[in-house]
Amino acid sequence: MTIPMEQGILLSAILFSIGLTGLLIRRNVIFMLMSVEVMLNSAGMAFIVAGSAWNLADGQVMFIFILSMAAAEVSVGLALIIQLYKKFKTTDTDKASTMNG
Amino acid sequence: MKELLWIIPALPFAGSLILAVLGRKLSRTACAFLGVGSVFLSAIFTVLVGNGFLENNHGGAPFHQVLWQWMDVDGLSPKFAFTLDTLSLTFIFVITFVGALIHLYSVQFMWKDEGFAKFFTFMNLFIGFMLILVLADNLLLLYLGWEGVGLCSYLLIGFWYKDPANGYAARKAFIVTRVGDTAMLIGLFLLFMTFHTLNIQEILVAAPREWSSGCKTVIITTLLLLGGAVGKSAQLPLQTWLPDAMAAPSPVSALIHAATMVTAGVYLIARTHALFDLAPVVETIVAIIGAVTLIVAGLSALNQQDVKKVLAYSTISQIGYMFLALGVGAWSAAIFHFMIHAFFKALLFLGAGVVIWVMRDEHNMFKMGGLRKKIPIVFWTFFIASCALSALPLVTAGFYSKDKILWLAYASDKGSIGLWLAAMVGAFITALYTFRMVFLIFFGEAKEALTNRPGILMTIPLVILAILSFAGGFIELPDNMGHITLFSDFMQKTLPGTAITVFGHSTEWISQIIAGAVAIIGVIAAYRLYYDKHFPFEIPDRSALDKFFYKGWYFDGLYDKLIVAPILFLSRIDKNDFIDRFYTGLVSITQALNKVLSATQNGKVRWYALVLVIGAIITLTILFYP
Repeated sequence: MTIPMEQGILLSAILFSIGLTGLLIRRNVIFMLMSVEVMLNSAGMAFIVAGSAWNLADGQVMFIFILSMAAAEVSVGLALIIQLYKKFKTTDTDKASTMNG
Repeated sequence: MKELLWIIPALPFAGSLILAVLGRKLSRTACAFLGVGSVFLSAIFTVLVGNGFLENNHGGAPFHQVLWQWMDVDGLSPKFAFTLDTLSLTFIFVITFVGALIHLYSVQFMWKDEGFAKFFTFMNLFIGFMLILVLADNLLLLYLGWEGVGLCSYLLIGFWYKDPANGYAARKAFIVTRVGDTAMLIGLFLLFMTFHTLNIQEILVAAPREWSSGCKTVIITTLLLLGGAVGKSAQLPLQTWLPDAMAAPSPVSALIHAATMVTAGVYLIARTHALFDLAPVVETIVAIIGAVTLIVAGLSALNQQDVKKVLAYSTISQIGYMFLALGVGAWSAAIFHFMIHAFFKALLFLGAGVVIWVMRDEHNMFKMGGLRKKIPIVFWTFFIASCALSALPLVTAGFYSKDKILWLAYASDKGSIGLWLAAMVGAFITALYTFRMVFLIFFGEAKEALTNRPGILMTIPLVILAILSFAGGFIELPDNMGHITLFSDFMQKTLPGTAITVFGHSTEWISQIIAGAVAIIGVIAAYRLYYDKHFPFEIPDRSALDKFFYKGWYFDGLYDKLIVAPILFLSRIDKNDFIDRFYTGLVSITQALNKVLSATQNGKVRWYALVLVIGAIITLTILFYP
C-alpha cells in the first residue's frame, strides 16, 4: 500500500507547526531545543516523502545531511545550555535576557 | 661622497619609523641603540658629505640633489630636492652633532621613563624634519619641515601628558606658532603669484628683476615671512609660548627649544636674504624686533626662580641678538652666533637637566645651592657655558660671536648707535642673570641631599659641548685681534658680506672694551647680589615691577584679554546658529532611530524566533502571491 504524497507532506507540515509552536510558547530552553529537533525532522520527512514520490535518491541524501547537522546542533546546543545553567542557575530563556540593546 | 646627502635626513626618519612600529617590543637597550645610532650615523654622514662638498669647491657652488618630483599641478611643480651650500651645511652640522650628543644624554636621562621608545621616536622624527627644513631647495619643502618640527615640538612639550598643564603648554606652543606659520604661508602664496615657482634659488635670482627696492609687494611679502620667523623663533610679539614650552623634558628643551628649532626663523631670513635686502624698512623692523626682544626677555630672565624658565627667556634674548644681526645685514655674524649659541645653550639646558635630575625634579633655584662640590663636572661645564653666554672677554666663544654682532650693530650701513646701545644693555643683563643662576645653584650651602649621580652617558656630551663652547669661537676673530675669518669666509660663499660704514680699529677697540667691561661688571654685580645670600624659597610679596618682569611683561594676560576672551565670547553667543542646529538636529534624529531599533533587541530568544517566523511568512507570502 502506498501512502499518497499529500498525506506525507501534511504530516510533516503538522509536525513542523507543532515544533514551531513549541519553540514559541515554551520558556524552558531544553524544550525549545526539543521543538527545534521536531522541526528539523519534519523537514527531513518532507524530503523523504518527496524523494520516494519521484523515485529519486536525493531526498534520502538530504535527510542524512539534516540528521548529521542536527546531531552537531544538539551537541553545541546542550553545551550552551549547560553554560547557561551555570551562569544563570535556570533554564528559563526569558530570565537570561541580559544581552538587550 | 656628496651624492649621499639624502641619507642624512633618511636615517633619523628610518630610526623613528622602526621605533614607532617596534618600540613596544624592543628592549630599552635596543631602542637606545636605534634612536641614538641613527642620529650618530647621520652626523658621520654629515662629515663625509661636507668633506665631499668642500673638495675642489672653493667657490662654494651649491650642490643640488633631486630625489623625485613631489607634485605637478597647474604650474606648481615642486620637487623633493635638497640644496647643500655652506649655510645649510653649517645648520646640518649643528643639528646632527648637537642632536647626537643630546640623544646620547637622553638615554640616561629618560631611562626610567615609561615612554622611553616613544621619546626617541619623536626625537628622531624631529631631527629628520629639521634636516628637511634646512636642506629644502624650495619653500614648500621647507614649509613641510617647518610644520614637521612644529608637530614634534608639540608632541615633546606634551610628552608627560598625564599632567594637564603640560598638554596646555603644548597646545599653546602649537597655536601661537601657528599664527606665524599662517602669515608665512600667505607670504609663500604671494611669492608664488609673482614668480610662479617656489624654488629658493630661482626666487632669489629673479627677485631683483621683478621688484624694485622698497616696493609694496616685497615689503608685504617679507613682513609675512618675518611673521613666520617671529613665531618660530619666539620673538616679540609671539614669544609667549617658549617659557611654557619648558614643560618638556630637559633634553627636548636643549635640542628643540634652544639649539635647533627656535633658530629656524633665523635660517629662514638668512635663506631669503635677497628679499629682505629689497625691503630696507623690513630689515630695520627685524633689527628693532631683535633689539627690543633681547632686552624684554633679558629682564624677564632676571626675575625667574625656575632654572629652565631663566634659560628659556635667555634663549629668546639670544635669538634677539641673531635677529638684530640679521636686521643690520650681518648675515654671517647671525649664523655664527647661532652655532655658538647652539653649543653653549644646549650645554646649559643639559646641565640644568642634570641639576633637576639629581635634585629629584626640583626646578626652583632658591631651593638649590652648593652643588659645586657634589657634581664638579657638571659645575665646570655649566660654568664654561655660562661664561660663553655672558660673553666674558677673550677666552669664551660667546664673546667673539656676540662681539661681532655688537660691532656690526653699530658699524654696518644699517646699524645705529641706538641698536648698539640696546645690545650693550642686553649684554649686561645677560651676564647678570647668568651668574645669578650660577651662584644660586652651585654656590652657597647645600639645602637638600642629592638623589642621583650623573653617569658617563650624561657627562660625555657635557664635556664635548663645553670644549666646543670654549674653542668654537677661535675660528672667527675680529680684525684687531688675530683677524681670523674662517667662518665668515665660509659663509660668504652663500650669504653676502656686510657693508661697513665705520672703519678704523680704534672704534672697534672701544666697542670691545666696553662689551668686555659690561660683561665683567654684570658678573661682579651678580656676585654682590646673589653670592651666598639666603632667599626664601618662594617670593611672597613681589614688588609690582618684579612681578611685571616675572610674568613676562604680562603678554599672556594681554593676549588673553585681547584675543582669547573675545573669541570665547563670540563662540559662546554663536553656539546656536543654524549650522549648529542642523547638526544637532541630525544627532537627535539618529538618537531617536537608535532608541526605536534598540528596543527590538530585548534579549529574549523567543521574541527573536517569533520575529523570524513573521519575517519568513511575509517573505513567503510575497513570493507566492505577488
